[in-house]
Amino acid sequence: MTALGKLVRTTAFRLTLAYALVFAIISAGVLGYVAWNGRRLVEQGMRETVDAEVNGLIDQFRAGGGAGGIRRLVASVEQRTRRPGSSLYLLTTFVGEALAGNVARLPTSVLTSAGENFDTPYERLDDPEGVTHHAYVRVILLPGGFRLVVGRDLAELNSLGQAVKRAFLLGLVILTVFGLVGGFFVARRVLARIDSMTESANAIMAGELATRLPLEGSNDELDRLAASLNAMLDRIGALLSGLKEVSDNIAHDLKTPLTRLRSGAEEALRSAKLPQDYRQALERTIEESDQLISVFNALLMIARAEGGRVVENMAQFDAAEIARSVVELYEPIADEAGVSLSVEAPGSLQAHGNRELAGQALANLVDNALKYARGGEKGQAESAAEVQVSARANGDGTTEVCVSDHGPGIPEADRERVLERFVRLEGSRTRPGFGLGLSLAHAVMRLHGGSLRLEDNHPGLRATLCFPPPLAGATT
Amino acid sequence: MKILVVEDDRDAAAYVQKALREEGHVVDQAFDGLDGYALAREGNYDVLIVDRMLPKLDGLSLVRSLREQEVQTPVLFLSALGQVDDRVKGLRAGGDDYLTKPYAFSELLARIEVLARRRSGGTSREETVYQVGDLELDRLSRRVTRAGQTLDLQPREFRLLEYMMRHAGQVVTRTMLLENVWDYHFDPQTNVIDVHVSRLRGKIDKGFDRPLLQTVRGAGYVIRDGAR
Repeated sequence: MTALGKLVRTTAFRLTLAYALVFAIISAGVLGYVAWNGRRLVEQGMRETVDAEVNGLIDQFRAGGGAGGIRRLVASVEQRTRRPGSSLYLLTTFVGEALAGNVARLPTSVLTSAGENFDTPYERLDDPEGVTHHAYVRVILLPGGFRLVVGRDLAELNSLGQAVKRAFLLGLVILTVFGLVGGFFVARRVLARIDSMTESANAIMAGELATRLPLEGSNDELDRLAASLNAMLDRIGALLSGLKEVSDNIAHDLKTPLTRLRSGAEEALRSAKLPQDYRQALERTIEESDQLISVFNALLMIARAEGGRVVENMAQFDAAEIARSVVELYEPIADEAGVSLSVEAPGSLQAHGNRELAGQALANLVDNALKYARGGEKGQAESAAEVQVSARANGDGTTEVCVSDHGPGIPEADRERVLERFVRLEGSRTRPGFGLGLSLAHAVMRLHGGSLRLEDNHPGLRATLCFPPPLAGATT
Repeated sequence: MKILVVEDDRDAAAYVQKALREEGHVVDQAFDGLDGYALAREGNYDVLIVDRMLPKLDGLSLVRSLREQEVQTPVLFLSALGQVDDRVKGLRAGGDDYLTKPYAFSELLARIEVLARRRSGGTSREETVYQVGDLELDRLSRRVTRAGQTLDLQPREFRLLEYMMRHAGQVVTRTMLLENVWDYHFDPQTNVIDVHVSRLRGKIDKGFDRPLLQTVRGAGYVIRDGAR
C-alpha cells in the first residue's frame, strides 16, 4: 500500500474530511441565506426609491396641467438627470421620440407596456454606443401618449451578488485546503504512533517478548491504550515464564526417574542370566513406574487445584480428627525413625472443605517434617527430633492445623519458592521425594480458599494449614 | 468367578481378560456401553468391571441404569479420571469400588475378589468372632487372642486386623487398607501402611511358629492359616 493510500485509509483522515464537508455545506447555506436576504432588501429599497421619484415627477406634471405639465416634467427630468447617481430617466412622446432623460436606448417592448420590469438591458447617453447596462425600470403612461420611464441601474445589486459568490468560493477553498492539510497532519501523527505500535507488536510476535509499546507520556487515548496493552503483556509474560519454568522443571524432573527406569531395564537385558534376575528387574521397573504415576497424579491434582476447579465434594469435616488420624497413620514411621510425633487436637473442630484433600495436605506436611526433623544444622541433638501437630480454632472462625519441627527449617527467602512444583532446596536433594509435597498442600489450601503458611519455629519449620470459616449457608 | 469386563480399549480389555483367566476366572467382554448393559442384565456375573468412558453409553449411566433395574452385581469402575470428585461420582452412581488407571493388576484382582466375596457372603461380615488358625478376634468384646493368649492391640491395629481377618485368605492391598481402615484415598509418600502391618505382625505372629500374616510380593498382604 502506498503511503498516501495508507493515509487516506486512516480514520483520522476520513473524519477530518467528513468534518470539512459538513462545514462547507453549512457555510454555503448560511452565506446563501445572507445573500438572498441582502438582495431582497436592496431590491425593496430600489423599488421604494423609484416609487418616490415617480411620485415626485407625476406631481410636477399634474401641477403644470396640460402642455405646461409636460414642460415642467421635461425640466424636472433634465434637472434630475444631471445629478450623479445610478438613476435612469426617460420621457418620450407617443411615437417613442425622446424628450428628456439619460437613456439612449430601451427595448420597445418595455417602452410600450406600462408596469415594472426587472433586468432590462439599456444603453446610456453618457456611454459610448454599444455598452449595455441592466436596470430595474418602471414605465408610466401619461395623458397625451407621453411615457415616463424611471429606473435604477442594477450594477450595485449585481456587484453584491458577485461579492457573495467570491466570498463563498474563497471560503470553500480555504476550508478544503485547511481541512485536507489538517487531516493530513493529524492522520500522519496518529498513523505514525499506530505504526510504531504495530511495529512493536510485530516484534513481540517475532519473539522479542520483552518489547513494549512506546508511550508518549501525554496520557491521551492512544497512550492509555498502549499502557493497558503493556500491562497485559507484562501479565502474559509473567504467566508465560511461570508456565515455562514449570514445564522445564517437569521435563527435567521426570527425566531423572525415566532415565533410571530405562537404564534399569537395559542393565537387566544386558547382564541378567537367571529368570529371577529378570523378575527382579521387572519388579523394579514396576516400582519405578508406580512412582512416576504418583508424581503424575500429584501434578494433575495441583494443576486442577490451581485451575480453580471447585471440588464438588466440599462439606463439613473435623479438622481435629484429621490431625489425629494422620498423626496416627505416621506414628509408626516416626517411631522407626526415632522421631517423637505428638498431636494436640482436642475434641472436634468443624471446618469446611474436603476431608480427603485436607488429609492429604496434612500428610504431606507430616511426611516432610519427619524427613527433615533430624536435619537440624547445629548440634544434631537427638532431643531435637520431634514433630508436633496441633489443631485449633481461631476467634475469626478460621481453623488452623499446624505441623512444627526442629529441623533445618526453610530460609525466609526460599519460603515462597518451595511452594512451586519440583523445587527442592540444597541439602534435600539427597532425600527421597520429588519436591511436590508442599506444592500439593499449597494447591489444596488455595482450592479451599485458605492458605499454607511457612514460618520459623526457632529452630525449624512451622507449616500451618489455615482453613477459612465455613460459608454461611454453604451447601454440604 | 464370572466376570464381565466393559472396556472399549481392546488391548487393555484383552490384557485384563487374559490375566483374569489365568487366575481361573470366567471372563466376558463388552466393548461399548450398550453391549455391556445388555450382557450385565442377562448374564449372571459375580463382578462387573466398567470403564468410565465408553462409546454409546458411558459407564456412570450404565451402572445407574442397572441399579434402576435392580441389578445389584458389584461394580468396579476403572477410570483415568482419578480425582476425589470423580471417585465420589462413580460411587454415587452405584459403583462399589473405583480404581484409577494406570493400576496394578494385583490391585484389581484383590479388589474384585473382595467385591465378589462380599456378594456371595463367603465370609459372613455379621459373624462376631473371626478365626484364622488359632488366632481369634471377637468384634464385640474387642478381644484378640492367639492360642488362648490375649494380645494387646491399639484401636487402629484392631481395626486393621479386623479388616484383614474379615477378608481372610484374600489378598488386601496397601491402598485397600488405607481406604478401609483410615478412610483416606490418597497414596502416601512413604510406606506407612507397611510399617503398620509389620507392627501388627510383630504382635500376632511373634513367638508363634506359624506366621499367619503374610506378605504377597508386589500385591499386598494376606492373613491365612499356613498352607492353603
